[in-house]
Amino acid sequence: MNQTNQMMTGNLAAAWGARLADVDYVPAFPITPQTEIVETLSKWCGTGALNARFVTMDSEHSMMTAAGAAAATGARVFTATSSQGLLHAFEVLYTVAGWRVPLVLVNVSRALASPITLEPDHNDVLAARDSGFLQIHAETCQEIVDSILMAYRIAEDPRVCLPVMVNLDGFYLSFTREPVILPDPRMVQAFLPAYRPTHLGFKASSPRALGTAVLGGATYSYFRHQNHLASMNALLVHEEAAVDFERLCGRRYDLVEGYRLDDAEDVLIMTNAFASKGKAAVDVARAEGKRVGLLRLRVIRPWPADAIRHALQGRRAVAVLDQNLSPGQGGILFQEIAASLYHEALRPRALCSFIGGLGGKNLSEGEFRAIFEQTAEAGVRGKGIGPVLLYTEMEYREMEQLQYLAHDLKTGK
Amino acid sequence: MAWEPHMFKELHQIPREEHVFPGTPLCAGCGGLESLRLASKVLGSHVVYVNAAGCFTNLAAFPFTPLDASWLYTTMGSAPAGAQGVRDALDVLIAKGRLPKEEDLKVVVLGGDGSTYDMALSSTSGAITRKLDFYYFCYDNEAYGNTGVQLSPATPYGARTSTSPCGVQHPAGTTQEKKDIFEIWRAHKPPYMATVSPRFPLDLEEKFARAEEYRGPKLFLAFAACPTGWLFDPAYTPDVARLAVECGLWPLKEAINGTVTHTYIPKRKPVEEYLKLQGRFRHLFEPTRQDEAIRHIQARVDDYWKQVNG
Repeated sequence: MNQTNQMMTGNLAAAWGARLADVDYVPAFPITPQTEIVETLSKWCGTGALNARFVTMDSEHSMMTAAGAAAATGARVFTATSSQGLLHAFEVLYTVAGWRVPLVLVNVSRALASPITLEPDHNDVLAARDSGFLQIHAETCQEIVDSILMAYRIAEDPRVCLPVMVNLDGFYLSFTREPVILPDPRMVQAFLPAYRPTHLGFKASSPRALGTAVLGGATYSYFRHQNHLASMNALLVHEEAAVDFERLCGRRYDLVEGYRLDDAEDVLIMTNAFASKGKAAVDVARAEGKRVGLLRLRVIRPWPADAIRHALQGRRAVAVLDQNLSPGQGGILFQEIAASLYHEALRPRALCSFIGGLGGKNLSEGEFRAIFEQTAEAGVRGKGIGPVLLYTEMEYREMEQLQYLAHDLKTGK
Repeated sequence: MAWEPHMFKELHQIPREEHVFPGTPLCAGCGGLESLRLASKVLGSHVVYVNAAGCFTNLAAFPFTPLDASWLYTTMGSAPAGAQGVRDALDVLIAKGRLPKEEDLKVVVLGGDGSTYDMALSSTSGAITRKLDFYYFCYDNEAYGNTGVQLSPATPYGARTSTSPCGVQHPAGTTQEKKDIFEIWRAHKPPYMATVSPRFPLDLEEKFARAEEYRGPKLFLAFAACPTGWLFDPAYTPDVARLAVECGLWPLKEAINGTVTHTYIPKRKPVEEYLKLQGRFRHLFEPTRQDEAIRHIQARVDDYWKQVNG
């Protein structure tokens, strides 16, 4: 079977993911840097290249509701958003996850207001980590297409029946062209059969009630627990899907990805597109003789605790580079990594927390060098550090200059 | 041109079949439920109710439902968007041959006035603009009833609610005027709109039957006398509902493609008769009578009918 290779942006790759999954319905609402996805799908629905209904909604809140409701009616649904849009849809994320509908939502990460900006960090997507959606975080344009196909396969599995969010970084992936191999549609069909739900759907012959009120904590607890168990089931279902996907397409995606980990003393943990920068930094450090490696978290919900423990067992020190900030606490993923390692007898001697790349701020070779050096020292001392916000003296001075200008203009000097 | 009913001229023409069964957890004497029960006699059971947070959310309380139709609870602000998703999915599945045509359903949004007039207004506006083929059934009890009767934009001038109490500053209670949701909808140019009251069952059934002829957004504003919130004995629900119409406070009307027709012209009793029945207006009469507030309410009603009758 043919797989075609072409250059495409992350957004176009996301649209191709939906097209190859042969979705039925795309409710949409524009937001930068996601717009190219819905523009592309709108065009394809218009030409018939994709046999789906495309509807422009009045907000992300409505968009998410329509998406969930259509999935509850039995259609295969795709939609996409970003940043403030995801937050606007937030109430509905919990609602549709509670409906246990297997739709796929692509989030193009963009930092949150205020102040408003367009470039990425992960405070948008990580805010949704408790919503009941599963989360897959892509590093490359290729991984976006493949992850969307895997996402439908996992979401629609009877052991899971949960919506999935596939995350990609705004600008760093959304508008970056990379070579992408598109799987042959017949290959996709073998991996992702047509969606024919039996547990969902509204029809005249068999009335159904969904999302009904539960008056009493015990009933509520039961449903929430089922949601949790279904999410945990996705760990196994993901593995099965990864095996099948590799067999058909030759590309393998695990819950976590190790990079030069085999003999690494110290490990840097990252997610998403900036992990490519991290891998390059590992290469540089390795050339200098440092025994470092990188662990990229690909699936964040369900939390792949065992895979993380396994990868970090016996290491000297671990640095978590969070591209997010929980003010008053620090990095979000650092907390989860720490929690996963607490009971490990062979846990690393030191855990270090770094925060960088906020609002798309670059991570330089020098910053990675500093991370590796400080982490190694922490490992020797046996005492972790952080949270350390990566910010250079030069950047600080430039910011002071801007504040000086802003003040000048305001006072009319 | 006088309004003429075509299908429902006598009570025996109302279908005997029930689609909203007894045993709901709603309050005794709920006027909204009475309207829904009558409406469902025409709507039938091939319906999916898309519910917004409100009193009616209690209708389907796990594991029970009093309806022989489908049900989807969405959110307070987006039931019309939920209706969009359901309608579109049904259309797509039927077009692709994955759902037989005879399995098709009517899509009905169920919302209270809080959702309808406030939180879901944006989502509703979107759905009407997109010409979504759905029914919007609003049970209007003129307050956020399910949370303990707080001020909503549907609360009329002079009514007391738990967040618009009558005090030294505002002895009359609510000082805002009821939002005219009918006209807000009409500005969107939907094909069919109507106000209904369960005390005028032939009028109600006729309107639901007429609406069936129109594809697109169809609004039903149902007067929902609320013993719990309005503070009257549930036995008086029929009287309160009847007087709202007879005093001219709840005009029964219809708008087909924007043209408004009043389906019943009341002789118009003084509004006092309606107000006096309810605890939420008691402060207008005792301990001291607030003539100015009562006159204000009467004047608003008079102004409305003057504009109708010319």
